[in-house]
Amino acid sequence: MHFVLAHLRKDLQIEWRAKDSINGMLFFSLLVVVVLAMAFDPGSYPTLTRQISGGLLWVGLLFAAMTALNQSWSRELRNNVLDAHRLAPAPASALFVGKAVANFLFVTAVELVLAPIFVIFYNLHPLGETWKLLIILPLGTWALVVNGTFFAALGLRTRNRETLLPLVLLPISMPALLAMIQATTDVLTGEFEPTLWIKVLVAYVVVFTIACLFLFETILNSD
Amino acid sequence: MPKWALAYLALTLVALAIGFEKAMTAPTEATMGNLYRVFFYHLPHAIISFVFPYLNCVASFAYLYWRNRDADRAAAADAFALASAEMTVLYASIGLATGSLWGRAAWGIWWAWDARMTTYLLLWLLYVSYLILRGVSATGQTGVISAVLAIFAAIDVPICFMSIRWWRTQHPAPVFGDGGSVDPVFFPALLWNMAAWAMWGAFLLGMRYAVERRRQRQAAAYAVGFLGSDTAEGLEGAR
Repeated sequence: MHFVLAHLRKDLQIEWRAKDSINGMLFFSLLVVVVLAMAFDPGSYPTLTRQISGGLLWVGLLFAAMTALNQSWSRELRNNVLDAHRLAPAPASALFVGKAVANFLFVTAVELVLAPIFVIFYNLHPLGETWKLLIILPLGTWALVVNGTFFAALGLRTRNRETLLPLVLLPISMPALLAMIQATTDVLTGEFEPTLWIKVLVAYVVVFTIACLFLFETILNSD
Repeated sequence: MPKWALAYLALTLVALAIGFEKAMTAPTEATMGNLYRVFFYHLPHAIISFVFPYLNCVASFAYLYWRNRDADRAAAADAFALASAEMTVLYASIGLATGSLWGRAAWGIWWAWDARMTTYLLLWLLYVSYLILRGVSATGQTGVISAVLAIFAAIDVPICFMSIRWWRTQHPAPVFGDGGSVDPVFFPALLWNMAAWAMWGAFLLGMRYAVERRRQRQAAAYAVGFLGSDTAEGLEGAR
C-alpha cells in the first residue's frame, strides 16, 4: 500500500511542478465545448441539449483524457526510469495503481471545471436527481482511466503510440462509454432511472480493474 | 502443401460447389424473391465468425503460459492467435457486407443500430484494433501485448453483448423478422453452405498458420545469420 502512495505522490508532485497534462486537458476540453456549440444550437433547443449533453460531456472528457494518458507513461521513458521501476523490489501492480489513481485525480479535476462550464454555456437544466452524477462521474472516469493507463503502458514501445492508444482503447471501452452516457442522459432528462447503467459501470470497473492488475506485470516485462 | 491438405482442399471446393448449387436452386422466397439468396452466405459467415475469437483467446492464453517455458510452442500459439484473429476479421467483414446487402433488400436500409448488429460491429472493431496493434508493435514484444489485448477483447465481448441488449430493450427499436423461423425447405442449402464455409475457414486458418510459422522460422534463421553463421544455410535449415 505504501508503494502505491509513493508512486501516487511522485506523479502528483511532477504534475504539480509542471502542470502540463492538466492544463492541456482543461484547455482542450474547453475547445471541444466551443466547437460542439457550433455543431448545434444549445440555446434554442433545451430538450435536445439535455438529451445529448451527457454524450458530449463524455466525448470531450474522453479525448482530453487521451492526451494526458499518453504523456503519463512517456515521462517514465526519459532517462530509462521505466527500467528502474522494473528493477525495483516494489510490486508492478503498485506502479500501475499509483499511476491510474494519479490520472484519475487529474481527469476528475478537469471534470470539476468542465461540468459547470457545460451548465453555463449550454443553459442546461437537469431534470433528474443530480446527486446521482456524483456516483456516475467517478465510476465512469475510473472506467476510462484504468483501461487507458493500462493500454498506454501496453503501447509504450510501439511505433506511433499516440495514434495507437485511441484505436485500442475505444473499442474496449465501448460498453463503459455506453453505460456512462446513458446514465448521465437519464439523470439530465429525468426520464429513466440510471440504476441499471450504474450497475453495468460497476461490473465493468470491477472486471477490468482486476484484469489490469493481473496482466500489468506481463506488460511491463514484455520484451 | 502435404497431400492430405490438397485432398482436404479438393473436398472443401466440392462442398462449396454443392452449397452454391443448393443455394441457387432453392425455391424462391415468397416476399423477397431471389435477393434472399445472400442469406445462405450471410448466416454461415456470421456464425463461423463467432468461433474464431474463441480460438484466438485460447491461443493467447497458451502463448502467455508457454512464453517463458517453451519458446517454440509459444511461437506456434502466437501464429495461431494471429491466424484466428485475421479469420475473425475476414469472416466478420463478409458477414457485415452480406448482412448489409440483405438488409437493403429486405428492410430497405443498409444499416440499423439494432442490438445484434451493434454487437457484431463491435466484435469486428475489436479484432481490427488487435491486428493494427500487431502491425505497429516492436518485433520482440508483439506476442505479449497482442495476447494481452486478445484477453481484454474476450472479456469485453460478453459485457458488450449484455449492455447493448439492455440498451435496446430500454429504447425499443423496430424488430425485423424473427430470426428463428427458417422454413425447412431451405435447410439443405443452409446446412451445405454452413459446412462448406466452415471447411473453407478451417483451411484458410491452417494455411495462414503455416505461412506465419514459416515466416517465424525465416526470421529466426535471419537472426542466426546476423550472429555469424551462413544466412543461406540457415534459411535452408529453416525450411
